[in-house]
Amino acid sequence: MQLIINGEKVELPENVGNVSELIQYFGLDQKVVMIELNQEILEKSKHSETILSNGDRVEMVHFVGGG
Amino acid sequence: MLKIGPYSFKSRLLLGTGKYPNFDVQKEAVDVSETEILTFAVRRMNIYEPNQPNFLEKLNVEKYKLLPNTAGASTAKEAVRIAKLAKASGLCDMIKVEVIGCQKTLLPDPIETLKASEELVKEGFIVLPYTSDDVLLAKRLEEIGCHAIMPGASPIGSGQGIVNPLNLRFIIEQSHVPVIVDAGIGTPSDAAIAMELGADGVLLNTAVSGAKDPVKMAKAMKLAIEAGRLGYEAGRIPKKAYATASSPMEGLSIG
Repeated sequence: MQLIINGEKVELPENVGNVSELIQYFGLDQKVVMIELNQEILEKSKHSETILSNGDRVEMVHFVGGG
Repeated sequence: MLKIGPYSFKSRLLLGTGKYPNFDVQKEAVDVSETEILTFAVRRMNIYEPNQPNFLEKLNVEKYKLLPNTAGASTAKEAVRIAKLAKASGLCDMIKVEVIGCQKTLLPDPIETLKASEELVKEGFIVLPYTSDDVLLAKRLEEIGCHAIMPGASPIGSGQGIVNPLNLRFIIEQSHVPVIVDAGIGTPSDAAIAMELGADGVLLNTAVSGAKDPVKMAKAMKLAIEAGRLGYEAGRIPKKAYATASSPMEGLSIG
């Protein structure tokens, strides 16, 4: 499956099917990660039930220092 | 106590988390400042570097109320999106609305700020808009339900201090929600003046993170804000044109 993550095309293996698995795939499951899928912001509680499809646009964002 | 929406704070210093020399200095500065509210920004992650350090992991975030900003937004729509992304972390429901209208001065766009704030209030956020020191805009922001008003002292990161104390005074006088002076503070005396004017709090970042010794400056800001607040509560003496002796005139031995 191919997704567009943070504006870049990324090829993913078959075992990545939902948003939780995507976060785990990148080793970010212990991090604070916020997800937007096709311009819809996902609550954390929806990560595991949200299925990904080929061509989906995903934004993966986090908190950085700022004022 | 500083009360913002449903939350109460002992400290009146809100501290930004940008541009510290390193995370250890940042942590120490945050500790000595005794702040209870930290601001930060929302950005894309580098998904290929899962082990990149993040400032949140260095701090005991349970101890703080987190105040993400919408920096990077130039329209209300973008600001609302960033606010919702921040809330999706499940870590916070306060938002500093920051909609920049000019890249040179980093002054906020008043119309987009108002629009974004209105929508975020409706969405149930605790909304703290960063605004210019326009008195009527501050009034409008309060009327639409903002939980605090955050007028700038001078442009972000400029360290110019309070360039229009009169407007700040007018905003403070009319407001029924906390007024937090945000942006432009350079020195502890700037922060003290903001508090003496009657501000409920001060939000600063670069003045501490960019100081030669950020930890010492964090302490200085804490003390200045406390001193300014005490001075405001104590009530200053009126200014007079001429001198008034402090020592008694009676009992002077002459000759």
